[in-house]
Amino acid sequence: MRSRIDIEAPFKTRVKQAVANPTLADTLTRATLHLKEQKRLSLEELEAQRLRDQMRQMKAHTLRNLPELLERFEHNVVMNGGRVHWAEDADEANRIIGELAEQHDVRKVVKSKSMATEEIHLNHHLEAKGITCVETDLGEYIIQLAEEIPSHIVAPVIHKRIDEISDLFAEKLSMPRTLDPQALCARARVELRQEFLSADMGISGCNFAIADTGTVCIVTNEGNGRMVSTLPRVYVAVMGIEKLVPTPQDAFLQYQSLTRSATGQRVTVYLSMTSGPKRLEDVDGPEEFHVVLMDNGRSRMLADGYGESLMCIRCGACLNVCPVYRQISGHGYGNTYSGPIGAVISPLLSEEMVRNKDLPYASTLCGACRDACPVQIDLPKMLLNLRHDLVSGKHMPGAERRAMQGFAGVASRPAAYRGTARAARTGTRLLSGFGDRNLRRLPPPLHHWTRQRDFPLMAKQSFREWWTKRSGTRGPAT
Amino acid sequence: MQHKKQFEQPPRRVALFVTCMVDMIYPQVGRAAVQLLEEQGVEVVFPEDQTCCGQPAFNSGYHDEAVPLARHFVDVFHPLIASGQAEAIVLPSGSCATMTSHFHLELLENDPAYLKRSEELAAVTFELTEFLVDVLEARLPEASLPGKVVYHACCHLLRELHIDAQPRSLLAESGLDMVDMAGSDECCGFGGLFAVKNEPISVAMGNAKLTSIEACGADHVVMCDVSCMTHLQGLLQRQDRRCRAMHIAEALASRHPKAKGEFNTPAQSKALDVGDRPRRWQDVGTN
Repeated sequence: MRSRIDIEAPFKTRVKQAVANPTLADTLTRATLHLKEQKRLSLEELEAQRLRDQMRQMKAHTLRNLPELLERFEHNVVMNGGRVHWAEDADEANRIIGELAEQHDVRKVVKSKSMATEEIHLNHHLEAKGITCVETDLGEYIIQLAEEIPSHIVAPVIHKRIDEISDLFAEKLSMPRTLDPQALCARARVELRQEFLSADMGISGCNFAIADTGTVCIVTNEGNGRMVSTLPRVYVAVMGIEKLVPTPQDAFLQYQSLTRSATGQRVTVYLSMTSGPKRLEDVDGPEEFHVVLMDNGRSRMLADGYGESLMCIRCGACLNVCPVYRQISGHGYGNTYSGPIGAVISPLLSEEMVRNKDLPYASTLCGACRDACPVQIDLPKMLLNLRHDLVSGKHMPGAERRAMQGFAGVASRPAAYRGTARAARTGTRLLSGFGDRNLRRLPPPLHHWTRQRDFPLMAKQSFREWWTKRSGTRGPAT
Repeated sequence: MQHKKQFEQPPRRVALFVTCMVDMIYPQVGRAAVQLLEEQGVEVVFPEDQTCCGQPAFNSGYHDEAVPLARHFVDVFHPLIASGQAEAIVLPSGSCATMTSHFHLELLENDPAYLKRSEELAAVTFELTEFLVDVLEARLPEASLPGKVVYHACCHLLRELHIDAQPRSLLAESGLDMVDMAGSDECCGFGGLFAVKNEPISVAMGNAKLTSIEACGADHVVMCDVSCMTHLQGLLQRQDRRCRAMHIAEALASRHPKAKGEFNTPAQSKALDVGDRPRRWQDVGTN
């Protein structure tokens, strides 16, 4: 097994571990470029910008009317015979689901891929109660075997190459090594089939839920979501409150946007829609249907000016174009949500600003994410705002603040600026030994520049000196 | 986004905001910009009190610190534009153009007097290649550089200002031997303070870019920002690679071998030989 990224380690350590991995960036680059190209091809077929505009309008409308829409959704779920639970934070969501499991004597839970339950670390919570949780999405199943967390919103195991998965199956399932993906998949199916049939409860996330009909929708390609939501006695869907859409038409708008943006598919293999428990005339379906509506910081984000990030439909498109993500992988972000959107929402969810203060700075603000986003979330702007919040909250080093204050003081006074420029020139000339060579060593913190890059000398004659001399010889420019 | 002023007559006089890095480190880029503008019959004004646009502070979250610099920019350039001494502001930098024409407005949001003047400046602020193509509709004299040239699209220029066709068309018509590279629109990994704060990521991104550059066989990689150029050139030189990073103004202003002495291109500055031992005092405070 290759070196791992320790999710609990400080950001700088995680980055070091990621960059030290000789194959990680290459694996991620190939995989994300493939997804990016698939998305491009599938959006070529339609008026992509119109879809983006419609999506943004729909999501903005939903967020503006969220309280009313949530109540409408609850009303309709209840009318259909289901139950809705409101969870203010992760603890409350875990407690609700734990109690449901206890009430129904649940020994085993099968799960469909869900970022919301990753966000609240539901598996740990249930396992502490002696309940077995089985991830049934193939990627999540591999992640669970490897005892890792997903490294991508849509493709949880994108960081692993097939030989690593083969090693894992050999170690954990005693399977002969093979590089045939179908053989690996078939083996996982055999394992999982027994789990579906013996589970007492199914838990899924929610890709979107329809307020007008009280319907939870999950979008999958493997069919595991359908089994999770229909085979066990009890089905629980966990959703962030922002996953709501007003009408079935809006749901299909989002479905179209999601599948094309995530994997470049026109449709996925399955779209499972659950509006309530099994009715008398139904052949199958769960006896009980519960929806956990989870806030966990989302209302606060809306109130604090970060509501735009709640428009996210979790398609992963911003990860697939992010050059930083390619280098550090999802695990480099150290949170459930990674990539540009993760760098924005991880510090905001659960008020983990200080623990995650490096994330808003883990971006060059290149803007590729904003261009890729099917809802046009201005991610660079959110990152800039978070940086400003961190600075305003005095969470950044004092030395950095003093340096910035010094810089601003100098650069707002032309005479001081010119003097400092001359001093910098003398300084770099001195450091270079009065030669014409680039600088290869600078003192901290600038050694972070010169360790692996040359730094140029200040010019012997600045532009303004040249200009003054030229104006002198040629007469005033004006 | 700000609406740019439509000129009835092509502007005859422009104010050059040369940017702090060009002023101090790359004067040859400023000289090349002046040459390109003067060749088109445009007179260049250089207000000497200009300093820095404040981008390092703003991008790092130090908005309060960046506000005086936004005001200073207005104080220096607005009188020139208001009095007609200059009709437009031209910058050889996509990111500084983004800063002065987009982010200054945000910084001055609560300062109506300055905001109004900042908006007036934003309407006449142009990145160099944008000005040459969109405003002047310029046809440049033939450029001359040895070897193959590839264009790298800098992020702010491309995705904040949406300027891409302009530099590419100037290069395509320049007579330079242009080649294409895969992912020419992908970030080089500079990112301002990011390059220092996140050195390992920045360098890994830069190396990925170098791989693309090398694969297309370019001898020069040209771009519209000296900041990204410093990062790529720093990597190229440290790794003794053949290719050289260059600002687009220098590439477009390169005329014939005789003119070379005037333009101190980065290609001419030398790196330490591998065998050359650094002086002892250079080590002080490092490691």
